[in-house]
Amino acid sequence: MSVTVILPQVLQADAGGAKHIAVERPAGGEPLRAVLDELARRHPRLDRRVRDEQGALRRFVNVFVGDEECRALAGLDTPVPDGSEVRILPSVAGG
Amino acid sequence: MAYLLVIGTRKGLFRATSDDRRHWEVSGPLRLDDDGYADMMGIYAVGIDPHTRRVLAGAESPHFGPSVWHSDDLGRTWSEPEKAPIAFPDDVEESLTRAWQFAFTGEPGEVYAGAEPHSLFRSTDGGLHFELVRALWEHPHRKDWFPGAGGGAVHTVIPGRVDARGTDPRAVTVAMSTGGVYQTRDGGASWAPANAGITATFLPEETPEYGQCVHKVAVGPDGAFYAQNHHGVFRSTDPAQGWTSIADGLPSDFGFALVAHPGRPGTALNFPVISESCHLPPEHRLRPHRTDDGGRSWYPVDAGLPTEPYYGIVLRDGAATDGAEEPGFYFGTRSGDVYATVGDSGSWTQVAAHLPDVLCVRAAEV
Repeated sequence: MSVTVILPQVLQADAGGAKHIAVERPAGGEPLRAVLDELARRHPRLDRRVRDEQGALRRFVNVFVGDEECRALAGLDTPVPDGSEVRILPSVAGG
Repeated sequence: MAYLLVIGTRKGLFRATSDDRRHWEVSGPLRLDDDGYADMMGIYAVGIDPHTRRVLAGAESPHFGPSVWHSDDLGRTWSEPEKAPIAFPDDVEESLTRAWQFAFTGEPGEVYAGAEPHSLFRSTDGGLHFELVRALWEHPHRKDWFPGAGGGAVHTVIPGRVDARGTDPRAVTVAMSTGGVYQTRDGGASWAPANAGITATFLPEETPEYGQCVHKVAVGPDGAFYAQNHHGVFRSTDPAQGWTSIADGLPSDFGFALVAHPGRPGTALNFPVISESCHLPPEHRLRPHRTDDGGRSWYPVDAGLPTEPYYGIVLRDGAATDGAEEPGFYFGTRSGDVYATVGDSGSWTQVAAHLPDVLCVRAAEV
């Protein structure tokens, strides 16, 4: 019972160099927020790259659940089925 | 004796070192950590702790938000705490945009951070972790403070002084855009505006109690305060009692940066800008102006600077002094050029050219 979080290269140092992080979950169908909360517990610095102190996704960070960016679904309330891949990517901005 | 100059730009952090302040070795953009995105971070605030020589860098990534890095080897290597160094507490529904200013006090380990949105934070561990100064955040005037073009921030922090009568560890003066100058005399428990005489061209009332867009405040060794305003340059020995215009003799009363001589009362440098609607140097010349009489008169100090047309201005923290006995003065421009001068030589030497636009500089003997 887990999902896999996939990090971009630029954030891997904040997770001890890992590209893939398995997040074990007690039950299926929990929202994306719970996955990120578990990630935050293990890697606080990684979390603040992705969310601000209010828990909101940073404007130019995209989080895909499967193939869909979460903002096109239910945002941080998007259910994450067991076995899903959650991919964090910087959006097309900055430079 | 060696000197360190830390340069924050819109695209990364640079450092320059020198033994004589005439010949500089420049390196950067510095790799703040292993993530690899330091090159695209804007460095809006740098500070050099006078007690420990720890260097703080306040950075903002357009993707991944703000943070504060620190270096204990004069900028060669950098670290960042796991927990956010500056963050609003859980009961405040706000998130940090960026740090704008670091200001160290006479107490080892104590450092203030001015931040956006309009806020002041205080650290007692040398900048690893900051706490919100609640009384300024909860000030009843907050509803009337709004962002200027650069954002709404506490961008100037002067610990230890509220007037020229003396220093007091419980005194702090801050300036914000917009909002103006505020002061505490009780260690941050209460704050009062100190803007009498400072103009606000963008409000119905010409000199309101507060709401001005003060761009930078500096204090001289005699405790005299100098303010570069959003149109208007002022001096005061007691800001709570009021300010007096010292703009006569400058080519423009608009600008952002202002630096006071650390050892000589009455001497300060100003970096004029044409106007609020034209952020270019007057006559398209890179020409700082200096006063030696507390602002009664000004004269250009441009020996060694480009003589051809120049279009890069100096932003509010783009100028500084190293505070040495024979002080060095430094400034960087939005065109990415950095210059230094020592003492009364009156001649600038180029430290660096063609950097990204310079947001802030700080220097110290090390």
